[in-house]
Amino acid sequence: MRLFLDRNCYFKDFEMSLQDKLLNMSWSFFFLICCVVGIGLILLYSAAGGSMEPWAERQFFRFILGCGVFFTILLIDLRFWMKYAYVFYAISLLLLVAVDVRGVVGMGAQRWLDLGFVQLQPSELMKINLVLALARYFHGSSKEDIERTTYLIIPIIMMLLPVALILLQPDLGTASMLVFVTGAIFFLVGVQWWKFIIVGLVGLASIPIGWHFLHDYQKQRVLTFLDPERDPLGTGYHIMQSKITLGSGGLFGKGFLEGTQGHLNFIPEKHTDFIFTVLSEEFGLVGSSVLLVLYMAIIILGLRMALKSSNFFGKILALGLVVNFSLYVFINTAMVMGLLPIVGVPLPLVSYGGSAMMVLMAGFGFIECVYVNQEMVIGRLGLQDE
Amino acid sequence: MTWQADGVKEITRRTFLMGGIQIALACVLFGRMFYLQVIEADKYKMLADKNRIGVRLIAPPRGLILDYNDIPLAYNRKAFRSVIVAEDTNGSVRSTLLNLSKLVPISDEEIERIVKEIKQKRSFMSVRIKDDLSFDEMASIQLNIPDLPGISIEDSLMRVYPTAEKSAHAIGYISFMTEEDLKEQEKLQKMPDVRIGRTGVEEFYEEKLYGKTGTRKVEINAVGREVRELEKQDAVPGENLRLFLDSRLQEIGYNALKEEAASAVLIDIETGGVKMLVSTPSYDPNIFNAPLDMKTWENLSKNERRPLMNKAIAGLYSPGSVFKIVVALAALENNVINEHTRIQCDGRLLVGNHPFHCWKKNGHGALNLVEALQHSCDIFFYQVAYDTGVDKIVEMAARLGFGEITGIDLIGEKGGLLPSRLWKEAKYGDAWRRGDTMNLGIGQGFLLATPLQMALMMARVAGQGKKIIPKLAQSEEVKIEETLDISPKNLKLVLKGLNAVVNERGGTAYHTRINVNGQRMGGKTASTQIRRITLKEREEGLKQQHELKWKDRDHAFFVGYAPTDRPKYALVVAVEHGGGGGSKAAPIASEIMRKVLELEQIDVETKKTKESQK
Repeated sequence: MRLFLDRNCYFKDFEMSLQDKLLNMSWSFFFLICCVVGIGLILLYSAAGGSMEPWAERQFFRFILGCGVFFTILLIDLRFWMKYAYVFYAISLLLLVAVDVRGVVGMGAQRWLDLGFVQLQPSELMKINLVLALARYFHGSSKEDIERTTYLIIPIIMMLLPVALILLQPDLGTASMLVFVTGAIFFLVGVQWWKFIIVGLVGLASIPIGWHFLHDYQKQRVLTFLDPERDPLGTGYHIMQSKITLGSGGLFGKGFLEGTQGHLNFIPEKHTDFIFTVLSEEFGLVGSSVLLVLYMAIIILGLRMALKSSNFFGKILALGLVVNFSLYVFINTAMVMGLLPIVGVPLPLVSYGGSAMMVLMAGFGFIECVYVNQEMVIGRLGLQDE
Repeated sequence: MTWQADGVKEITRRTFLMGGIQIALACVLFGRMFYLQVIEADKYKMLADKNRIGVRLIAPPRGLILDYNDIPLAYNRKAFRSVIVAEDTNGSVRSTLLNLSKLVPISDEEIERIVKEIKQKRSFMSVRIKDDLSFDEMASIQLNIPDLPGISIEDSLMRVYPTAEKSAHAIGYISFMTEEDLKEQEKLQKMPDVRIGRTGVEEFYEEKLYGKTGTRKVEINAVGREVRELEKQDAVPGENLRLFLDSRLQEIGYNALKEEAASAVLIDIETGGVKMLVSTPSYDPNIFNAPLDMKTWENLSKNERRPLMNKAIAGLYSPGSVFKIVVALAALENNVINEHTRIQCDGRLLVGNHPFHCWKKNGHGALNLVEALQHSCDIFFYQVAYDTGVDKIVEMAARLGFGEITGIDLIGEKGGLLPSRLWKEAKYGDAWRRGDTMNLGIGQGFLLATPLQMALMMARVAGQGKKIIPKLAQSEEVKIEETLDISPKNLKLVLKGLNAVVNERGGTAYHTRINVNGQRMGGKTASTQIRRITLKEREEGLKQQHELKWKDRDHAFFVGYAPTDRPKYALVVAVEHGGGGGSKAAPIASEIMRKVLELEQIDVETKKTKESQK
């Protein structure tokens, strides 16, 4: 490894061979990911009534494809990603517009863009590209910059554009995740506490106004979440059945392939958003704790890897992506346990679904990319300085 | 990175904070999982089982009702019904029903009933929509089944009564349980949409005919489809019920009475078996298979001739001259009179200042008991009743079955009214008077009896004083041992009088005598007034019965037995407002009895030829 360090931090040259990168990447991080995917495949096998068809097998190939994306991203120079961060952001913003204009209607919402050979979900892409763009923006910021309120206007707009487009689809889950990720990045780079408190208060005050903009089915979900008994056969059904499935698993579960709730189809979407219930029902508290611990390990390890980075862009990028991942975990599990209203957020790496798998693997690729380039120092103005 | 040295410190600090928050969140999630999966686990396990296990009830096929010759009086026909399971409709019961009503007409009332029933039941239980679907209806439902979530077609059994209105009152009918029935019948573990017996032997032998409900525990998936059967307990079919009733006699009896508001009962003296029980006007029990429309129901329930009432067991009448048999036996048993006692009839008898009239204005002259019965002389029985006293008459009447239900295997039987000193004092606070005794002597006054009681009295008298109990259903014990302790000599004397009524010139039913290969019928006529006859009317000459309005005509009765030499059958014919016992009831009775005797001879002959063929 050759390392050129400019003490003034204006100039750096940094080269690593692909081999070095593979040697220096965090294999334990990758191993944890594989463990979670493995659990996911077992659950998809069970959800299909003990069959690789129709989900487990396809999910496996998607994971292989996802690994390709993962390694591609981690092997590409971090500076490349930084250089084109805004471009990627702009592309996914355009795709979002495209999806709103002529998207394929699926699941009651326009989320997919049919590219002929693959159906793309630009809102998923945006989860990464927004983090890239924000990381790029804050890379050159000083503490004084960040503490200036006006300095935050641009990143807020950067967030609001995709959020608005996604809300039009409508997809409340993804939109709120973007808001949360942006908020988390603001928090991490050091925006003052009191600003969060003010935004929080304003947010609370505007709930009644926001209520009017919700779709009927979204209102139903929120109301039913607050009182599931209100409509046990309608929207409350999912919450009730989900809790029943979880609870009936007990400490050790009913055994692999022995879950009655899942196999008798009491759980809707058991292979996607509600797959956590399959785990809880068949493997009990023990099984679901194992998965939760694995997720926490990925998150903690991810945070550690991010902090190792010597450059601000990498730090923010990796932290943002870890936060994004943890949001998936927390929102999905809390929703399944009846702690949050039902929003369409999958259980990361486990739920059946192509777009989410690709985006998550890409995210992990970026985190590894940041990790292998941890000693790279990037000037304040980025690559233009070279 | 000098420009952001502070920033790096801040970001590290805040990352640790963030990590702490995430660990805290994970702890919350774990706590929630622990709560659901350990603390509340039992509750959710139960709920999951409830989700998973459905109990389906299996209706047992109802037992058949067979007549004496094993000809079915009630049987089951295979049919198809549409049912709805609420939980399979995913909450849109009404819209599903509306969709269905486009294919199969369902009235709004029925929809309300279904919706109400669904609310009352557990959601996995099926609720009947329409029974006895036609082939076309079934086909169109099957075709559209994907658009009718929760609707399915089931086998069902419809009850068929081949004798229709001819045996309606004896057999009864079945109909769906009402809410009250359900409360009562809970212990029988019946299904709410099962039909149960109403009136007749269908109701009396409900438990026997119904059998036992079976259950099937099935694993069901979220849309209510059965995945597999976990446990099955077969239904126990209802037992068949054999009756003494003969469907041929039912036809004879019904045809003889169908123009009247009347009833007739034929009792087999040897066994007490009821071979015929008819009440008219009647109704077709098959109509209760489908929901009744209001008009049909009102025609039945508001008709002044009361088709729904079983007049044989629930019609209460003054038995009139029929009761003279009882008075005669009471007097004979208490040695008040004997066969030689003669009493003078001048057409009028004064008790104190009150005159009692004989139906024959100019009187019968001096009569003995046999002649008095033959001519149905009122004066004779006024005098005999007076001499015997109310207590002894009442005691004999009770022995012969008056004043108490006979114990026939039917529901809704009336016990009638046998007045006594005590009864009158309790009821009216008034002492029993001589006039009351005299009225009782000719079966009028307070006395009320059902036609069945009259037939039973006839059977007991003709059956040598054996304590016969009338029964519709055959059972093991048929031998009647208990007797009423009446001297055979006295019974014979009374029967001699009853023989004279029909078979001797001058008897009140002489014109209706029969002779089937030497077999004859004896009996007694009776006509009972509905209105009081005023003095003025009596002087002006009585109006002919057919001149009166139907409602004002006399009730007409005939009790009879046959054959006279070896009594086998006891019969009553009671015609409401029929006019006269001799003119109306006796001809019907003799027609029935003639056919009964003829039929018996045919049966005996066919039996003989069958045996000789063997």
